[in-house]
Amino acid sequence: MEKFTPLTGIAAPMPLVNIDTDMIIPKQFLKTIQRSGLGKNLFDEMRYTQDGREIPDFVLNQPAYRNAQILIAGDNFGCGSSREHAPWALADFGIKVIISTSFADIFYGNCFKNGMLPIVLPQEQVEILMEDARKGENARIAIDLESQTVTSADGQVFTFEIDAFKKHCLLNGLDDIALTLEKVSAIDTFETAAAQTRPWV
Amino acid sequence: MPKTLYDKIWDAHVVHEDDNGTCLLYIDRHLVHEVTSPQAFEGLRVTGRRVRAPEKTIAVPDHNVPTTPDREQGIENEESRIQVEALDRNARDFGVHYYPVSDIRQGIVHIVGPEQGWTLPGMTVVCGDSHTATHGAFGALAHGIGTSEVEHVLATQTLIQKKSKNMKVEITGSLRPGVTAKDITLSVIGATGTAGGTGYVIEYCGQAIEELSMEGRMTVCNMAIEGGARAGLIAPDEKTFQYVQGRPHAPKGAQWDAALAWWKTLKSDPDAVWDKVVTLRGEDIAPVVTWGTSPEDVLPITATVPDPESFTGGKVEAARRALDYMGLTAGQKLTDIEIDTVFIGSCTNGRIEDLRAAAAVLKGKKIAVKRAMVVPGSGLVRAQAEEEGLAQIFIDAGFEWRLAGCSMCLAMNPDQLSPGERCAATSNRNFEGRQGRGGRTHLMSPAMAAAAALTGRLTDIREVMAEPA
Ligand code: SF4
Repeated sequence: MEKFTPLTGIAAPMPLVNIDTDMIIPKQFLKTIQRSGLGKNLFDEMRYTQDGREIPDFVLNQPAYRNAQILIAGDNFGCGSSREHAPWALADFGIKVIISTSFADIFYGNCFKNGMLPIVLPQEQVEILMEDARKGENARIAIDLESQTVTSADGQVFTFEIDAFKKHCLLNGLDDIALTLEKVSAIDTFETAAAQTRPWV
Repeated sequence: MPKTLYDKIWDAHVVHEDDNGTCLLYIDRHLVHEVTSPQAFEGLRVTGRRVRAPEKTIAVPDHNVPTTPDREQGIENEESRIQVEALDRNARDFGVHYYPVSDIRQGIVHIVGPEQGWTLPGMTVVCGDSHTATHGAFGALAHGIGTSEVEHVLATQTLIQKKSKNMKVEITGSLRPGVTAKDITLSVIGATGTAGGTGYVIEYCGQAIEELSMEGRMTVCNMAIEGGARAGLIAPDEKTFQYVQGRPHAPKGAQWDAALAWWKTLKSDPDAVWDKVVTLRGEDIAPVVTWGTSPEDVLPITATVPDPESFTGGKVEAARRALDYMGLTAGQKLTDIEIDTVFIGSCTNGRIEDLRAAAAVLKGKKIAVKRAMVVPGSGLVRAQAEEEGLAQIFIDAGFEWRLAGCSMCLAMNPDQLSPGERCAATSNRNFEGRQGRGGRTHLMSPAMAAAAALTGRLTDIREVMAEPA
């Protein structure tokens, strides 16, 4: 996994609440057996007409946001299905950071496995950033994971909370499986004990 | 210290705890389906890792499989076929338990697990699928994971987790006639919102929950995820033990006795501390339907379509968008909404009891909709329904009688709505495009879906029940 480095970029505004993973990547694109290439179908049914033409009103179709690296989203972003195709599609499009007042649990966890940073901020701060995002290329938002800060276009600094382990993994681009396999003797010990106490499992 | 049921299961599965509270949690059962696993198995191949506990790993194709009788001749859609073939190959190469499409035990992964006795009280159960919460009905800690985590569990039989908070959802008293487990679970989401459970594991309790069958309890826990919770749990009791006993992979003999002794301790201590409590009166729960595009958009069937302006914050815009998508106007009576399609099935309501409830409404009558289908949750449910004569009732009423799979719950196979089509569905999600692009979904119980099939509009099951046969 790539290391997460400080980032300054354009944010796309998506104020809708409860954006679900079916919207982020509709099921017809879950038939792939690969992780890459889903960016072109990100938000497919909101982004294209049935015959595949771009819908000009949709935010990511507007010239200012075609290279957005940040999403500012409404409450409960990523609810619904556990499909990791949702963060895969966002990452493939180029999104590295999503800021909202709240995220659905599984989606939130899935982001970290793909080098993406979901940030939870209070309503007022999300609204300030949403205003920035509406300015398109005229506003840049800066994210620094090390110091856990988001800096708005006019220099207001907001700090965010993040689990220390998740931060460590993201900053260093660490692979969870390799980390866990370092504890393989603890797993062995657990299994041996469980075979005695719960032999039916 | 007093503990909740969740605390007890959690504690029994902690392999390692870091100073910051991050835990390595042991996983007893890993269920796998074709859509969220190919990249995980590929990851194992690339890194040269093996499946640590293939005997605890169970795979079954369900999301993509056609449900028409000709499916054994092969899957026509190329991408679906490739995905199912990839699962065939991965199951074989890595030596995990497998129920291929040709096996009568094949079905929706969350129906197959309990049916085969893979799901047992006190276990940790995961699957790359959000409705893994279903297995919580057995007092198992069960939740959905992403594909990276699927790979992690395959390789290590553990998951990196932080503990969630404890939430109690109590349903007091008894349900009124015509009200079902589906109405409970939808009403809870209506009360708490789709983010109300975020950060929590819910334990459902109270008299109305105790009075539910195992099938009903699975329906309730299935939709815990729609309320945002990591998992839903119900303490195991005599009904649970009876359901489990004798299943192919349930413990036998002395092991059964030992298991039972432990299972009986699996309940929250009376003085356990809850971070959040929600209480509903069973008597107050009505048969409900959804009107919008979020499972929290729930109302009693006697209500009218709400005015978006009656909401606050971002929900105003979301409700406006929902009404527009659903083709509804504020103030319209729910019972005036005409439907053209009925879908009975899914891991929420594709079990034998669900088919019985729907068939009881349909018996001797004819449908008034364009298309209606029943998709049993597994091959065994299908066989039992045929044996009980339910299949014939459905067929006589004008329903299509399908083979097992996810089908129109998410429309990854050919069973889909066309733009503008409106469906009474027993599944769990009414998101935009969920059942087909432009398709409109109203969620409800199997009995309500059957009633809607008979009248061609959303219908109060209590009126159908009141009619003389
Ligand atoms: S029936 Fe629907 S909700 Fe259940 S596993 Fe299949 S697609 Fe998911």
